[in-house]
Amino acid sequence: MKLSISRRDFLKGSVLAIGACLTPFGTRLLSGAEMKNGFKPTVWYEITPNNIVTVWIPSSEMGQGTWTTLAMIVADELEADWKQIRIKQAPAGEAFKNPITRDQLTVASASVRGYYDILRKAGAAGRMMLVKIAAGQWKVPEGECRAQKGFVVHKKSGRKLSYGKLAEKGPAVAVPQEPTLKKESEFTYIGKTMPRIDIPDKVSGAAVYGIDVSVPGMLYASIARPPAYGAKPVSFDEKAAGAVKGVQKVAPIPMGIAVCADSLDAAWKGRDALKVRWDKGALPDMNDDSIEKHFMEELDKPGAPVKKAAGAKEALASAAKKVEAVYFVPAVAHVTMEPMNCTVHVQKDICDVWAPTQGPLVAKMVASQVAGMPPDKVFVHTSLLGCGLGRRAAPDFVVEGTILSKITGKPVKVIWTREEDIQHDIFRAPTCHRVKAGLDAEGRLTAWSHKVVTASLLKDIYPAGVVNGIDFMSLWGLADFPGSPDNNNIAYEIPNFDLEYLIDDLPIPVAPWRSVQNAPNAFITESFIDELAHAAGKDPVAFRLNLLKNNMRARRSVEVVAEKAGWGKAVPAGHAKGIAQHSCFGSYVAQVADISVNEKNGTIKVHKVFAAVDCGLAVNPDALRAQIEGGIIMGLSTTLKERVRFANGGAKSANLSDYKILKMSEIPEIEVHVIKSAEKIGGMGEPPVPPVAPAVANAFFKATGVRIRRLPLDPATVMEAIRKKA
Amino acid sequence: MVSLNVNGKKYSIDVQEDVPLLWVLRDHLKLTGTKYGCGVGECGNCTVHIDGRAQRSCVVPVGDAKGKKITTIEGLPKDHPVKRAWIKEQVPQCGYCQPGIIMQVSALIGESKSPDPDKIVAAMDDVLCRCGSYPRVKRGIKTAVEIVRKEGKRS
Repeated sequence: MKLSISRRDFLKGSVLAIGACLTPFGTRLLSGAEMKNGFKPTVWYEITPNNIVTVWIPSSEMGQGTWTTLAMIVADELEADWKQIRIKQAPAGEAFKNPITRDQLTVASASVRGYYDILRKAGAAGRMMLVKIAAGQWKVPEGECRAQKGFVVHKKSGRKLSYGKLAEKGPAVAVPQEPTLKKESEFTYIGKTMPRIDIPDKVSGAAVYGIDVSVPGMLYASIARPPAYGAKPVSFDEKAAGAVKGVQKVAPIPMGIAVCADSLDAAWKGRDALKVRWDKGALPDMNDDSIEKHFMEELDKPGAPVKKAAGAKEALASAAKKVEAVYFVPAVAHVTMEPMNCTVHVQKDICDVWAPTQGPLVAKMVASQVAGMPPDKVFVHTSLLGCGLGRRAAPDFVVEGTILSKITGKPVKVIWTREEDIQHDIFRAPTCHRVKAGLDAEGRLTAWSHKVVTASLLKDIYPAGVVNGIDFMSLWGLADFPGSPDNNNIAYEIPNFDLEYLIDDLPIPVAPWRSVQNAPNAFITESFIDELAHAAGKDPVAFRLNLLKNNMRARRSVEVVAEKAGWGKAVPAGHAKGIAQHSCFGSYVAQVADISVNEKNGTIKVHKVFAAVDCGLAVNPDALRAQIEGGIIMGLSTTLKERVRFANGGAKSANLSDYKILKMSEIPEIEVHVIKSAEKIGGMGEPPVPPVAPAVANAFFKATGVRIRRLPLDPATVMEAIRKKA
Repeated sequence: MVSLNVNGKKYSIDVQEDVPLLWVLRDHLKLTGTKYGCGVGECGNCTVHIDGRAQRSCVVPVGDAKGKKITTIEGLPKDHPVKRAWIKEQVPQCGYCQPGIIMQVSALIGESKSPDPDKIVAAMDDVLCRCGSYPRVKRGIKTAVEIVRKEGKRS
């Protein structure tokens, strides 16, 4: 991507912003009025005469530490002192697009790997300009001046000038479009752990999430939503709701019946008073059993050919040993701890949107459409996100807020209850696979035929992404979009690999969920490869390594984790280890799970998870480690506990009392090994998730001799599997 | 009118007594550090201290909190051992659940004559985090207890 920063924007323009919007931690939400005042977000940072360097962070901060990591990249190349760095959340702007997502979307573990080169160049350009300005003032050769820790220094004469001073007095100089980058050995911050900028406010209670936004005169909205997919309201008591003290407006909208009130309590009471009666919806008989039956039936229907291997059929037919298995992974919910919410104020000529969103540009676009205002009149203020997990890339909550502000003429904050948040989530897509493979007499893999039935993630949001009945996003982990550098593929070199995909059409709404379909798909491929290893009489690590001969990074992650976990060595009585590896979003992760099984009550205790990762350079190592720990824990939560239940045509699971997630006493010890790597930078928000489930399932097989081909591995599932074996 | 004592300040609020304390804190007093997570006392994100004990403010009607001493995350001193430990150990990720977790931990430390990190960890299962900050919460608890042991407990 070409660096395009104009000189005026870079220094002169920035000086105009003196002292504005600075808090002790450098962040707060800007109002639309402030942005109107000539604010043009075309730069990545500004230096003000108070010697503060403010970095605009294009990505949404949702716990991954992006505020800090991206600021580190700028600070390093700029030679700024970390103490003078402040950050501001960038508004929605074309200039802030990530070259990987080609949008301002915080998805696909793309922040560091997407912005790394751009921010380095931007920082380096500033450093060179500041040196030039100083040299000009001192009338000395540029080569005699050095930028260091927020100053330009002329050693010979002992003079130095702070960046703040230079920003104030500096004459105009040209912006170098191809600035000289530092050598890796010269890095000050990159590669060293820096404390996260967002943490102090998160500890004090001052951090502002979307749900905390308050606008004078604001109404609170709650929406009664249909219990079954596609259900329409038959009747509701508008009068009773309107009679609740504080209720200002009852409004049927496409999502349900909305109640707007002076307080949230009044909005909730009003919503309850509606007593909405709904019709039966699109598929009133849909429930857990019918869903599974439907998937099994779909497996027998023809799908679209994704990978065609001419010799697959023959190789399978002539295989010395055949292995066939059917796997099912149910829907899981995001359960971001902060439920969906959004605050919108549609005014006469502008519209302000305060949203905890992973996609501010998408929010801008939908608010513009709903408000009937051009996009340049819509100002999106991205707050902190109480988890993103892919859920907050969808703009549904922005649409609701905008509709209701437009109807009431007032600022409106929509808050979903936890029940709405789970029941009306857009889930990780349930998926069902049939896999067949052949082994020759020496136990070598000769063919692999794979059929997938799962919903299309792109069908509704980006129909052009579905080509010839194939949505590669739903296949991530098995096959990536043609030409994608993200390696969301099956990593093994498989002879005669045949892949067929049938788009499922159940009315269950689906969306990306941390690692998208890499996690459920990798559960299946990594469990199945383990089945093959055992069928071939080979060690699961050796079997994998043999198929990864030409995939150096994946191979190394397996070797490192096997060594660190003491693979092949004796384990304590009752313990068993399982391995899995998966690569996605440009990174490579292998894990070993050490578990024990209580065959009396069906509980699995995961004692320890070892992880080896290759993500290229780790920019902020401790933040990276936190992502790996968190990814493993979230992955383990879906491995052991999570499953959305359906009944009567809708989701039945409704709160954390019936949709359980992992608790503190259930977490394993986690040992992380970050492989020193000079390879291209990969993402790390999502890649730690996929290997967990298969590592645990493979360990379960080792412990019990029973292969469970579904998730979660909850006590009921475990007991049933053990009973069947007996 | 409901009279409340929050973080050492007295408030008189025009609100019905059945409204959960959580929403009075958040929307009336603008103390938004206390978070809504489930509304049924399952996730602990809304934990505050009521007369020194950790309580789920989403299921406490504000009427029941009258005359009691309420402390929220904003009222816990900035240099409180738990807050210091949380920064030192870089505990939060998205951070949304952390005020509840911090209030739970600080109450448990406050209640015990000689706080034991293992016992505190064992009492943390009803406070949920989705990011998976648990390993660092454990470390944070250990560090907070070390600070308390070294410096003695504050009142």
